[in-house]
Amino acid sequence: MIRYILKRLLAMIPVILALTFVVFTIMYLTPGDPTARILGNEYTAEASAILKTELGIDRPFIVQYFSYLGGLLQGDFGRSYITMAPVSDELFARFPNTFTIVIWAMVFCVGVGLPIGVLSATKPNSVFSNITMVISLLGVSLPIFWLGLLLILLFSVNLGWLPAGSMNHGFRSIILPAITLGANYMANVMRTTRSSMLEAIRQDYIRTARAKGVDKGSVIRKHALPNALMPTITVVGMNIGALLGGAVLTETVFSIPGTGRLLVDSIGSRDTPMVLGCLVIMAVCVAISNLIVDLIYAYIDPRIKAEYAGGEA
Amino acid sequence: MAETPEVKTYSTKKDFMKKFKKKSRFMELWYRFLKNKPAVIGLILFITIVLLAICAPLIADYNEVAIKIDMGNRFNPPFTDNLLGTDEFGRDIFARIVHGARISLTIGISAITVSFLLGGALGSIAGFFGGRFDGWIMRAMDVFLCLPDMLLAIAIVAAFGVSTLNITLAIGLAFTPRMSRVVRAAVMSVRGNEYVEAARCIGARNGRIITRHVLINCVGPIIVQITLYVANAILTISALSFIGLGIEIPTPEWGNMLAEGRAAMRQYPHLVIAPGLAIFFTILSLNLLGDGLRDTLDPRLKQ
Repeated sequence: MIRYILKRLLAMIPVILALTFVVFTIMYLTPGDPTARILGNEYTAEASAILKTELGIDRPFIVQYFSYLGGLLQGDFGRSYITMAPVSDELFARFPNTFTIVIWAMVFCVGVGLPIGVLSATKPNSVFSNITMVISLLGVSLPIFWLGLLLILLFSVNLGWLPAGSMNHGFRSIILPAITLGANYMANVMRTTRSSMLEAIRQDYIRTARAKGVDKGSVIRKHALPNALMPTITVVGMNIGALLGGAVLTETVFSIPGTGRLLVDSIGSRDTPMVLGCLVIMAVCVAISNLIVDLIYAYIDPRIKAEYAGGEA
Repeated sequence: MAETPEVKTYSTKKDFMKKFKKKSRFMELWYRFLKNKPAVIGLILFITIVLLAICAPLIADYNEVAIKIDMGNRFNPPFTDNLLGTDEFGRDIFARIVHGARISLTIGISAITVSFLLGGALGSIAGFFGGRFDGWIMRAMDVFLCLPDMLLAIAIVAAFGVSTLNITLAIGLAFTPRMSRVVRAAVMSVRGNEYVEAARCIGARNGRIITRHVLINCVGPIIVQITLYVANAILTISALSFIGLGIEIPTPEWGNMLAEGRAAMRQYPHLVIAPGLAIFFTILSLNLLGDGLRDTLDPRLKQ
């Protein structure tokens, strides 16, 4: 197992290098002279040249990239063009908010989607099962930013139960954003779990277990569910990136000061280092979560475990 | 003269059989599709939306109704003079939604065309030749897949500025990695078939084999994914417009209508309900259609 983890960790290094390179290249291509924006009315050719040297943007592209990469390794994301403060300060102050809503959205989508999917598969063709099918169909088509607005209208404006934004009300302020962000994936998880459970229930080993006299609950829990979980884990894992993308929208709807909102605001103020920092940190998050999903796979699937079983595991 | 009719009947019968057989393949699929109720609902819904978009200038004039500010008619409630009411500038919401459909559908379909041309080329090269090509192309695509398509689109729009062309290209590029994977998988599943060998034996070049023999035979799975990706692309356009990086006001687009209506939604909820429903129904119709096509073209997947 340790060998597998090490191998996966090593494989992540080139991915992260390539990711930072791609994002850096895209942002490098941004047209316009940043010094003109920073200096404003005090713009002169000399002042611009001095500032360019100071910011290091007069150097060739490849030198700039490697110096940025060197900075990243020490946690230095450069300086904001607007405030001139280090990007990392702002980034690390905002990131926990994004992280919180993404984690709670995942808890919501797995915590609600998985059990409902399983229940609906154990009673196919029932009213309950049909209702969950319709909900999952509608759920995957919901634009989450619209759902967020509707939830605000219902629960904050009309009923007054939950706050409509900001993160200042403890857990209560996380409920609506988490539901909004998780809605699509909840529907997706529900659908995937249902269909893979239906598939698993039909297998011979389930009939064997039932014939042995194992009660229905244990058959579902111990025989069907572990075999049906793989597609669900894939869906959850593949969607972590989409959740981070959706966080941009959720943070806009609920005015949450997170990385996504910071990204959009920085694009508005054309603060390239800040935009770069946001994109890099989100991309690294996706790479790390892909790694975690692979490790969970290995943990659950005995075949992968067996392949690396020689010695440590 | 006596024997010719006999021969003729035989040949026409053969022709008839041939025709009948060819037709039945398509008709069989069509009947199978018609049996799938959600898919038919999706198709009808989508055709309605496309018709509304095409007929938009007949329903309401763009300059006179959809973008003309009329402060005397602000915040009219729905189902009065204006079917869906008016917004904070007195513009008819229904007219704006119908004109918005033109923009969403055009950009959505052109963006996916871009991604199909790029991703299709990369994916079919990777899938057809395999080996080193496959390794390099797919490693590169894996890197891009680490960036959520929403963020990739945001990054590209941020770098090159907001314009209709840039948004189309940004979304097209953002969907390229996924498209290339789909095309690659489809190409790999047919590249070993006998007719590919046969085509190679008669001396067809690789380019011809890919376009005339391989891609034609993976139309099914590709069409299904394209339908679902167009839905995603339309959602991405609205999302970009909603956060202010997409279609700019006063051009009506569902996402920027939501963003505009948000300020006054507490008093006038119809400002956000109507455009949201438009997005929702469009995405729903394409999702139903895509799922239905998948069930029709690959019945094994259906349970």
